[in-house]
Amino acid sequence: MPLSRRSFLAGVVAAPVLGGLAGCAGTVVQPGDLSRLRIMAPASPGGGWDTTARVMQRVIQQSGLARNVQVFNVEGAGGVIGLGQLGREDDDALLMMMGLVMVGAVDTNDSSTRLTDVTPIARLIGETELIAAPPDAPFDDIAGFVEVWAADPAATPIAGGSAGGTDQILAGLLAQAAGIDPAQVNYIPYSGGGESLSAMLGGQVTAGISGTADYGPQVASGDLKGLAVSTAERSDQVPDVPTLIESGFDVEVSNWRGVMARPGMTAGAREDLIALVVDTHDSDEWAEALENNGWDDLLLTGDDYAEFLAAEEARVREILVQIGLIQ
Amino acid sequence: MDALTDLAAGFADALTPINLLFAFIGVLLGTAVGVLPGIGPAMTVALLLPVTYVLEPTSAFIMFAGIYYGGMYGGSTTSILLNTPGEASSIMTALEGNKMAKAGRGAAALATAAIGSFVAGTIGTLLLALVAPTVVDLAIGITAADYFALAVFAFVAVATVLGASPLRGLASLGLGLYLGLVGTDVLTGQERFTVGVPQLSDGIDVVVVAVALFAVGEALYVASRLRHGPVQVMDASGPYMTRSDLRRSWAPWLRGTALGFPFGALPAGGAEIPTFLSYASERRLTKHPEEFGKGAIEGVAGPEAANNAAAAGVLVPLLTLGLPTSATAAILLAAFQGYGIQPGPTLLTTESTLVWTLIAALFIGNTMLLVLNLPLAGVWVKLLRIPRPYLYAGILLFASLGCYAVNADPLDLVLLLLLGGLGFVMRRYGWPVAPAIIGLILGPIAETNLRRALAISGGDLSVLVDTWFSRIVLLLSFLALVVPIVLRVVRGRRSTPEELQETGELRHHETAAANREGGEGS
Repeated sequence: MPLSRRSFLAGVVAAPVLGGLAGCAGTVVQPGDLSRLRIMAPASPGGGWDTTARVMQRVIQQSGLARNVQVFNVEGAGGVIGLGQLGREDDDALLMMMGLVMVGAVDTNDSSTRLTDVTPIARLIGETELIAAPPDAPFDDIAGFVEVWAADPAATPIAGGSAGGTDQILAGLLAQAAGIDPAQVNYIPYSGGGESLSAMLGGQVTAGISGTADYGPQVASGDLKGLAVSTAERSDQVPDVPTLIESGFDVEVSNWRGVMARPGMTAGAREDLIALVVDTHDSDEWAEALENNGWDDLLLTGDDYAEFLAAEEARVREILVQIGLIQ
Repeated sequence: MDALTDLAAGFADALTPINLLFAFIGVLLGTAVGVLPGIGPAMTVALLLPVTYVLEPTSAFIMFAGIYYGGMYGGSTTSILLNTPGEASSIMTALEGNKMAKAGRGAAALATAAIGSFVAGTIGTLLLALVAPTVVDLAIGITAADYFALAVFAFVAVATVLGASPLRGLASLGLGLYLGLVGTDVLTGQERFTVGVPQLSDGIDVVVVAVALFAVGEALYVASRLRHGPVQVMDASGPYMTRSDLRRSWAPWLRGTALGFPFGALPAGGAEIPTFLSYASERRLTKHPEEFGKGAIEGVAGPEAANNAAAAGVLVPLLTLGLPTSATAAILLAAFQGYGIQPGPTLLTTESTLVWTLIAALFIGNTMLLVLNLPLAGVWVKLLRIPRPYLYAGILLFASLGCYAVNADPLDLVLLLLLGGLGFVMRRYGWPVAPAIIGLILGPIAETNLRRALAISGGDLSVLVDTWFSRIVLLLSFLALVVPIVLRVVRGRRSTPEELQETGELRHHETAAANREGGEGS
């Protein structure tokens, strides 16, 4: 714990007070309509998108960037229901949380609203993926695992989150890089990191893939073997675990999350939203939230973000076709 | 004992006037959202997450603990009085509870539910404090094949709710299994039976089906019978728990707790299966089998204890591994993170003060719920004195509101109406509705775990009997299936009329309809 409990508590009490003072100081930071912002989390409460949306809500209110921020959930179909709703919105002061999983979900659910139909605002954060194995696995590193895996992919069950999500995408990309047919991968989907973690701890599967937040503590305590992380740089949460690139596999995946806005908004309105997101990103509260949640800072805004989205869409589509999840 | 010292310190932290106020707000909110179908404790805690930056952790967690346990309480009230389960885990409560209410025993049903929840919550929380690390080690060893075996066992056990006609019971079960298939296949991500409606891709919400088949179906049925014969006035003046009620309740409370807690601690256990098993075991063990189906107090006491004990069990993997196994647990985890507390296997050592305060808060919330709910039971039953047309119109309004609140999607209302129409037809022709709900819940659990086990083993069927756990549970299921048949053959056929009368979903005011159906049936 970097903060002592007392000073932390003091911060908790002081932050909103200071935020309130900043608000009273008179200068309205954002143009009028953005003082009331809505953030849609297109998933059920408690998931990654919901958590990120609520952290964003808290940071924006604490740092006085907007007075009233409301988070609401539109559940279903990997976020595609929420995306469809956003496609019909005409409110400029609305952000929808989304991420890599939605890129795949648009294809697997054959959604009529595509990501290109709404307005990209910014990519915000990413979660590093961690590939781990049960403690009694007959290998110690990712190369050893891939050797076992390549020998008999069907007899090498790999646990992860729901079908078509980041974990399965990473499994497919790694198979591809290791010369294994992605269609042969014996991927066992669980509903969320929790359940797959228990399958790992119970030694029921050969390896598992999830966010560092899910497996990291177990790797740190020695209950799981950390094999590799999916990003270009090592993760602070498990600094001893090498990256895939270090280990000789040219795969880089981040479970990134970003925000989108309604279709057909004016350039000015879009700039206002981008400015709000950048201001949020620059606040101390945001830095603290990144630290607390173990998120990587991946800010990318506007057209750069749109380009990144297009590249991810192509890459995800290709691998999902190879795995056999979509036609 | 160390744990007890820590717990005492936790109480010292939690028992301040301001914290008691937060506990009170929590249980009040929790009870309220538990009552409304659709809005659960998960959503409520999520909405309240922003308070984590003005409140100190202790107060916030005390309030959340109150909401969490309160949600489990609230669900039983509407199940018993209005036949409208607020949460999936209070469906079994509706079976006997509502029959009790109709027989004028509503106050006793509410009381046994409240005390049973208190007993189970207290024992569950105590177990959480004392044996959490041991339990979690066992829970993690449970494989997909074991879950499948448990689901099979639950299927066999609940055969008793199939009703007077096994054919109708099985047909209803099949309907539930079919409804459970609607949605995205967990293992391959492909959609099944969604007829191109994106809202169906996550499956049909159990609460929507339960409310439709139970509440809407019943309301329509009652409306259709209003002009037939004299209007029955429900008697709400029945006494609180009598001495005999208490004598019949305590064992089911304890058995329900024993079933609920370990299931809650399982990473994929949930609170529904233990309520099924509790109901089934009470039905077998009772000394008053003739009352089952007419309002047996054991059938309320057991499942209510089971779902509250499961709620405590869910906190085991959360606090010992940082592993959330329910939506509410996931939000509590998010709240921990909001305070900069890293959950995980070390939570109990690094943040022991907070964890013990949370556990103490659960005890406080639980006690407060009893204090709040026991006197209220007498007030709630007065609802039943509302003249029937208004009462059932109110139920319809209330059911629709709750279902709409889940997703704010009009499609849920269409589903509610369609399934409600189905519920009416099933009721009219004497098809029991409980098996449909059970099929809807158990079907996907059985299917997912069977296929997961087979995928892990590469299609080798022997994986299903690979562990001692699955062998024992499957053997028990087999015995439960075969022994009654063997016994019947050995004893010869006797007492058929009583047997037929003993089971049966259709009851009292429907005798006329039931008689007619008898002719149409076989």
